[in-house]
Amino acid sequence: MKRARALPDPMSATIIRNGRVIDPANKRDEIVDLAIVDGRIADLSAIRNPQSEVEEIDAKGLVVAPGLIDMHVHLREPGFSHKETIESGARAAAAGGFTTIVCMPNTSPAADNPSTIAWIKDRAAETGCVNVLPTSAISKDLAGEELAPIGSLKEASVVAITDDGHCVQNHELMRRAVEYARMFALPVLDHCQDYNLVGNGVVHEGYWSTLLGLPGWPAAGEEAIVLRNILLAELCDHHIHCQHVSAAGSMRLLREARARGVKISGEVCPHHIALTDESIQNFDTNFKMNPPLRSQRDVDALLEGIADGTLSILASDHAPHAEFEKEVEFDAAPFGVVGLETELGIFIDLLVHKHGKIDIRRLIEMYTIEPARLLKIEAGTLSSGAVADVTLIDPNLEWAVKIDTFQSASRNSPFNGWKLKGRAVRTIVSGKTVWKL
Amino acid sequence: MNVRSPDMNRRWNRKDLLGLRELSADEINFILETADAFKQVGTREIKKVPALRGKTLVNFFVEPSTRTRTSFELAASRLSADVINISASTSSLTKGETLKDTAKVLEANHADIIVLRHSSAGAPQFLAQRLKSSVINAGDGAHEHPTQGLLDLYTIREKRERIDNLNVVIVGDILFSRVARSNIFGLLKLGARVTLVGPSTLVPREFEKLGVSISHKIDNVLPDADVVNLLRIQHERQRKEYFPSIGEYTQLFGLTKERAKLLKPDCLIMHPGPINRGVEIDSEVADGLQSVILDQVTNGLAVRMAVLYLCGGIST
Amino acid sequence: MDAAAIQRALRRVAHEIVERNPDLRSVVLAGIPSRGVEIARRMAEFIRASEKIDIETGIVDVAMHRDDVGARAELPVVRASKLPLPLEGRTLIIVDDVLYTGRTVRAAMDAISSFGRPARIQLAALIDRGHRELPIRADYVGKNLPSAASEKVRVRLEQTDGEPDAVWLFKE
Repeated sequence: MKRARALPDPMSATIIRNGRVIDPANKRDEIVDLAIVDGRIADLSAIRNPQSEVEEIDAKGLVVAPGLIDMHVHLREPGFSHKETIESGARAAAAGGFTTIVCMPNTSPAADNPSTIAWIKDRAAETGCVNVLPTSAISKDLAGEELAPIGSLKEASVVAITDDGHCVQNHELMRRAVEYARMFALPVLDHCQDYNLVGNGVVHEGYWSTLLGLPGWPAAGEEAIVLRNILLAELCDHHIHCQHVSAAGSMRLLREARARGVKISGEVCPHHIALTDESIQNFDTNFKMNPPLRSQRDVDALLEGIADGTLSILASDHAPHAEFEKEVEFDAAPFGVVGLETELGIFIDLLVHKHGKIDIRRLIEMYTIEPARLLKIEAGTLSSGAVADVTLIDPNLEWAVKIDTFQSASRNSPFNGWKLKGRAVRTIVSGKTVWKL
Repeated sequence: MNVRSPDMNRRWNRKDLLGLRELSADEINFILETADAFKQVGTREIKKVPALRGKTLVNFFVEPSTRTRTSFELAASRLSADVINISASTSSLTKGETLKDTAKVLEANHADIIVLRHSSAGAPQFLAQRLKSSVINAGDGAHEHPTQGLLDLYTIREKRERIDNLNVVIVGDILFSRVARSNIFGLLKLGARVTLVGPSTLVPREFEKLGVSISHKIDNVLPDADVVNLLRIQHERQRKEYFPSIGEYTQLFGLTKERAKLLKPDCLIMHPGPINRGVEIDSEVADGLQSVILDQVTNGLAVRMAVLYLCGGIST
Repeated sequence: MDAAAIQRALRRVAHEIVERNPDLRSVVLAGIPSRGVEIARRMAEFIRASEKIDIETGIVDVAMHRDDVGARAELPVVRASKLPLPLEGRTLIIVDDVLYTGRTVRAAMDAISSFGRPARIQLAALIDRGHRELPIRADYVGKNLPSAASEKVRVRLEQTDGEPDAVWLFKE
């Protein structure tokens, strides 16, 4: 993996004292000091040598985690900089505790060619305070009709291919894309939506869509494509990752397939476990996303999927939109909510504290080595010599979400005013603090 | 002043009428009682009262409609309000202006009451949250059409002198019908038993969670019905996959002359209009003695006067 | 005023109505809801007892004819008016409990004229407390009750209020 950021000045050193270091890659969980020298994790012995300057960080009561990775983020550049820029999105990531973010290709122009990827990487190197790793499209212009130049895109060092926001409907084309990507060991990510079943659906098809007369988006519309992806992963013997999984049926399919060793995985977004379709009854477009908020039964199934490992990755699907775009009739509003600055708090609060589904250690795995392994990137570890991307987390800090304080350029969050327990308090990229509370 | 009831504010304090789901049974009954008073105005030599004199009502119809718009216009005129009609083709929406901006402009022009017909469910809620003006929902997508629901309730109450414990059968395209939703919410609140009848593709089973029954055999439910409300089968909005043909629909669910014989003699036949004669209902049945379809139109005027008076009469 | 005083006043007003209207069969006592309706009913009873004539009564609702709707935070409840039609050739006597500014009476006259054109309209009130804002005066008054504008007059009738008949003046 190429680092987007230049290393800091030589001979800089930092020591993070008394924190609970959780490094799943090395099966470490202990209260210990962590040293950073010249932007890399170092042995403590390195720091005992005389240094020109040692920055001391007191991490008593804090968790010292490998820098968190959010592998599902929309940064909107190029093309939609009124919603978000790489610069503002990266700041939002830092404020949320993320040192690495993976951005989706549905920009304008779409990231389906090496020059757009190069532009994004340059822009990220220039303006981004965290690591920004681009993905590219599966199909040209995300149209689902012909393959994007996947080989050249791999050369341009994309970490995965996905048509996120769209879904390749032609199973044959998808099959060939997966087969082709296998040659480059390039993971395939998929937004699972059957266009025929979903139609013009804008909310979960169920009790609330029926009462409110809003076009329904049935769970089967996701489950059908999850099943398709399981079949293709088996057929092509290559990994497919199902993005933002929302339905109970998808959970059953993934669980069964993973038990058989199929190369399939799934990620879960905070809104899909924090909210149900009941939230749409006031037609507030900040509760409109794709896939939609589902029923309590689906939420319960997702929580079980997180607990038993069926869902292995946490991600935000950070999807910024300007206020004027969201302030329209419900079915005319764009899908999506911002998430970078609230996701960690919501997941710690709900998964660790409220429901007790996983411990903080597993939560950190799902944000670090799980996405790092899937995407084959050198990140998500505190091994000696690794680039010093570190997130300090206070798992017991109580705070309230205030959209006015977001670093993101957009405010379309359904969580304004929520009181949460747990958040990142400092974000360190390549040894440098890029954000602290 | 003896005309003021001390509990007026307890019985009605809404500036908007968005749907029947959010109203209490008492609020619905209060509208119906108020409509009684306004219905009586229609029998006078001079059918106009000054209740909303000086108020401006905007009929803002983003989706076309003749009956509902005319009914609101007449209701407003009888209350002495000034009326402006804006349709989708004359509004700036066609020039790319957002609903919010158009509505803000209307408000800046001192529109006191905005009657909104819109193809998107929730559009009236959207406006009501953002405007000081009263917003009256004249039909939003497949969501609600509260004044139609109220006039149906009013007509049943007028003809049968009660609503509780009546068996009301609603036949047709429930899935896409705002009229059905407002009727279901209102009827259940006032204690009626509701049965939905239609093709299984157009009758969502989720409604059973509200306590309504669902049947796909109209002949089984007609004998016990006190009211049969037939919805318009809309060819234009139906896609082919919901049912194979109009002919098969009529054969399975149409209220034919033969089927009408199954009805109790005092069963009311209702239809929100416009009627597809020979499709959901036979012509003779639509014009027969049990039909109260024209009473519905007359009562619509009284109900809309009541709604405009209650929502628009309060100082904002 | 207590119950007996109210009854005495109403009986006297009923007597005056009989004296001034030789053709009682053309008279309609039109009460303004809700106490005016009850007062009209009681007066009709007195007339029936003394003259053996069933005088017609009606209800004239003024709420939708008021000139201040939209200016008030509280909306008057509207009720259906009920008048024997046609009104042509009849004497309509508006009956109310308290005559004050005269605005209610004006609204009542508007309401009546939307039904037709009676030969004449008269006005009967249980209490006249003064402070007229319009050129209106009562033809029949149960009791003149001089009052300050800051004071309030409260009328209670058993049938409409569930309390014993009474009239009193008080300051808030």
